[in-house]
Amino acid sequence: MDWLSSFPHMNDEALRALKKGIDEGFRNFTREYGEAIELMFEPVRWFLIYSERFMTNTPWPVILLIIGGLVWIASRSWKITAGSIITLLLIGFFDMWDDTMKTIAMTFVCTLLAIVIGIPIGIGMSRSNRLQSIVNPILDVMQTMPSFVYLIPVVMLLGIGKVPGLLAVVIYAIPPIIRLTNLGIRLVDKDVLEAADAFGSSNWQRLKNVQMPLALPTIMAGINQTIMMALAMVVVASMIGVQGLGQPVLKAIANQYFTLGMFNGLAIVGIAIIFDRASQAYGKRLQRHLEVVHG
Amino acid sequence: MVKQSIGSGISIRNLYKIFGSNPEAYIDAVKGGMTKTELNEKHSHVLGLKDINIEMPGGGIQVVMGLSGSGKSTLIRHINRLIDPTAGEVIVGDEDVVKMNEAELREFRRQNTAMVFQKFALLPHRTVLENSVYGLEIQGVPREEQEKQARRWISRVGLDGFEDNYPNQLSGGMQQRVGLARALTNDAPILLMDEAFSALDPLIRMDMQTVLLDLQKEIRKTVVFITHDLDEALRLGDRIAILRDGEVVQQGTKQEIVLHPADEYISSFVREVNRGRVISAEMVMTPLSGEPQGMAIVQGTVLEVAAKKMTDGGISMAHVVDEDGKPIGGLDINEVIAAMVTPVDHESAAA
Repeated sequence: MDWLSSFPHMNDEALRALKKGIDEGFRNFTREYGEAIELMFEPVRWFLIYSERFMTNTPWPVILLIIGGLVWIASRSWKITAGSIITLLLIGFFDMWDDTMKTIAMTFVCTLLAIVIGIPIGIGMSRSNRLQSIVNPILDVMQTMPSFVYLIPVVMLLGIGKVPGLLAVVIYAIPPIIRLTNLGIRLVDKDVLEAADAFGSSNWQRLKNVQMPLALPTIMAGINQTIMMALAMVVVASMIGVQGLGQPVLKAIANQYFTLGMFNGLAIVGIAIIFDRASQAYGKRLQRHLEVVHG
Repeated sequence: MVKQSIGSGISIRNLYKIFGSNPEAYIDAVKGGMTKTELNEKHSHVLGLKDINIEMPGGGIQVVMGLSGSGKSTLIRHINRLIDPTAGEVIVGDEDVVKMNEAELREFRRQNTAMVFQKFALLPHRTVLENSVYGLEIQGVPREEQEKQARRWISRVGLDGFEDNYPNQLSGGMQQRVGLARALTNDAPILLMDEAFSALDPLIRMDMQTVLLDLQKEIRKTVVFITHDLDEALRLGDRIAILRDGEVVQQGTKQEIVLHPADEYISSFVREVNRGRVISAEMVMTPLSGEPQGMAIVQGTVLEVAAKKMTDGGISMAHVVDEDGKPIGGLDINEVIAAMVTPVDHESAAA
């Protein structure tokens, strides 16, 4: 009756061999192609380093002005702009400016990458049910797999540093933008699409003139989610050497420095709120034409 | 590229449309006489259109009338092939729309057709002006020319000053004017109007009908107008085809339909019609005997107007003249009134 009390599992020996085999295989793959893959990510690394340098080397008042200006352009709201500037001033006052700049640079690059990769995939999914049924489960895995788990192969492949961190963040943050691009395009009013067809639109004109503009509010919601998830993951990615606000948090956890952890955590919350409010306000402004209704 | 300004004729021949997963498999059975019910119950395919044959002359308004589910919206979508037929031909000019490939079809839609939709289907993120230029924009016409054309038509449909408004800021009637301006800006010889005025309230609808009739005098396009409203059909249509369950039950001029309804279905519609506004004097005149009496009524005058003229003049006899003023028949006030108030059904019409 042994098989009842303990689940009849695979032979220990075989299981060990299987795991070892996979590990070995992946290690060989890494040895073989690691360098090539690393080379492939060279432009991304360069971009990342450049934006980080820009954020940390530019005098802080200039950065403050730039961020304030961007928030203003996106939201056209004095409240949100003033709130953002005050938050940044507080962060600087508590000596977290450099780490915050690094985190913002990282989040910016990751979000940009996620958008550039995610939107075309989302568009592809909206056009083909087959692609949708293939991509959806992959996105499910990406969202539910504990993030630490896919740090392992990334580190094996690319070592510790910025690029593997970036890869991990993008993998974690890209599903919302893909899903919501797909959803947004699928929800576009069929009548309007028919009208576009009736006037002889090509596929590209249909996408450019009708589907993308009408899906934009939904896509903006996806971008907003992607930014938030990228920010959350930047902290986790500090475990594999990503610099920024995650590093002090990691140190605080290891050494039980309550205040250090709290301050840096709050700084992350602060910039998350800035990003969120600004991008949401921008998304709302895109729908201005829907708000003025004939009475 | 020089475009035709006067509409080209459309002829629809032996058109069938079956909806379902494998329509081709049943087309022969349907041609052989399988009924809509049998097709639906035994094979779960829906017969949308059955053996449609309509000749639409160029430059006139062809109305296709039917109740919901009669296939009228399906039919109009075959003219620019938003729906592909299962069998049949749609000849426009000398080309068969059904045989066009994708690029030809796109070009055909751009150059030859423009469409107005029941639910307006405007681009909500574009202003009135930007909506109106859409057809020309995707053809790649220079922006300046696009706007010139669009502004002209926006003004022509009575939307001066609203160029920079978004559709959401306009009432239903105004939105449909934008739909009309968008279609007219395209300057295509064929104008397809799918229940274009059905979503509007009655007064606005009358107003839009007048706009269309006025415009048509000038543009002379081939208009295909879909409606479920017989009054609208009679007001607009040079020719009317009546659809029921995917089949044409009767087609002809409005007077033919009102005076000779083909079956019970049509007579039930026709009974409610204001006949005084449809039937014209020459339809009820008596052969001329002796000298023409009373005042001259021009051929084509509807009975309501003729009766008004005669009673205003205090006379009971008049005569009908053709366009050149030549007398062609006598008109008795009693017959005019009788024709206005006596409904005709298909049985008495046949007799």
